[in-house]
Amino acid sequence: METRHKILLVDDDPDLLEVYRETFALLPSHPEVHTAPSGARAIAMLEAVPYRLLVTDLKMPKMDGLQLLSIVRRKFPELRTVVLTAMVDEQFRSRVYALGVDLYWHKPGTESEMKQFMECLESLLGRESEPGFRGMQSKSLVDLVQLECISQSSSMLRVTNGPFAGCIWINDGELIDAETEAARGEEAFQKILRWRAGNFEFLRAEPGRARTIFKSYNALLLETAQAFDEACNTDISASAMPGQAARGDASGLTALAQTDGVDFVLRITAETKVDSRGLENPDRLAGWTRKSLERFRALGETLQAGTLEQVAGLGGRRNVALAQKGQAALCVGWRQTFRAGEIRDRMKKILTLWAS
Amino acid sequence: MGFLSFFSKPPRPLLQLHSGSFSLDRGGRVLATTLPSSFPPALILEIGRCVVDTFRDAQTAQLTLDELVVHYPGLSITARELRGGALVFLTTPASSLSTPKLKTSPL
Repeated sequence: METRHKILLVDDDPDLLEVYRETFALLPSHPEVHTAPSGARAIAMLEAVPYRLLVTDLKMPKMDGLQLLSIVRRKFPELRTVVLTAMVDEQFRSRVYALGVDLYWHKPGTESEMKQFMECLESLLGRESEPGFRGMQSKSLVDLVQLECISQSSSMLRVTNGPFAGCIWINDGELIDAETEAARGEEAFQKILRWRAGNFEFLRAEPGRARTIFKSYNALLLETAQAFDEACNTDISASAMPGQAARGDASGLTALAQTDGVDFVLRITAETKVDSRGLENPDRLAGWTRKSLERFRALGETLQAGTLEQVAGLGGRRNVALAQKGQAALCVGWRQTFRAGEIRDRMKKILTLWAS
Repeated sequence: MGFLSFFSKPPRPLLQLHSGSFSLDRGGRVLATTLPSSFPPALILEIGRCVVDTFRDAQTAQLTLDELVVHYPGLSITARELRGGALVFLTTPASSLSTPKLKTSPL
């Protein structure tokens, strides 16, 4: 007789526990779902019975999710772990993945998100019975795609890079589709492959997925590498133009300026070198950027409000947003129709691109 | 180990941040505030000074701004330019999930 997988669900909200208990019980593998209202109770249950999967919230009183996960990782290394949280802060995602967690997921808000989450859970449960190793790999996306294609595998590679997420579908060793922010097919594949860092996971293949990519993976990888080299060269030649001071800039400033909604980009390096795209005379704006960031950074320290994240300025003719990374500063001009909230969200994406 | 505690500093008490608003004239004087009286007046002035100076410097840099939004993990500052002064809203994450919406009509 086939044994049913056991899932342990940990959350301090009893209503949510009940909802998820009923939902998880509907998974195709019909797992046994047990619940624990606290981290301490969860550890006691894990010690009593072997579980396959632990799903935990992060924000809980007394023992929070991160504490629970670090204990679990040490005491039960075989246990698959999933974080299900309402916290959208990217630093938590990084910390959670650093603890060796298999999946970090924001609490689903829509039916399709719930469906995708359930598919991930089912994939994690199923994978348990298959032989193989798991762990963090420092591989490039090119390596991962090649690995899957050469081994004639079928899978969905889900990649996250800060606030960005993308999926690449591989069927029988052939790339068939890719999807990310408003792009699909080859364009999406190329966008995803330009990300330099992030997290990945292989999920169950979708054999019925419509094919949008018809080139071989080798040809596409080559094209992507060429496009990336060309973009770097464009950056170098563009930086030699008047008003665009820095030379040899392969840091993707042009790519930032080409992002949807961006009017211009100005960067001040640690050596106070000014570099810009889309600005005729960047020096005045650079001065204001530097001064404003320094002013609000110092204010944040005085107020003990934490590290300055962003400063947005909205005007009748121009919208700008400023941010700092170490000693370097960035000023981005945004489309005039954007509101403050939209600028903040879009700026987060720009900062992720800048960082990578 | 007691020897080491001789060198340790007592932790600085954490400042309680509040949601509320205040208005400033062009000279940086506080005209009205809804912040609790426990919030240090010197900090209100400091926030106001930063905001007014940033609006003024923006104008010098030929960047006319009507609104400034500053985000910290523990606080958001939303300021609207007010005839050389400013109307400033402070929002803590606990008090609201969104920053206050400002009227676009002249105040």
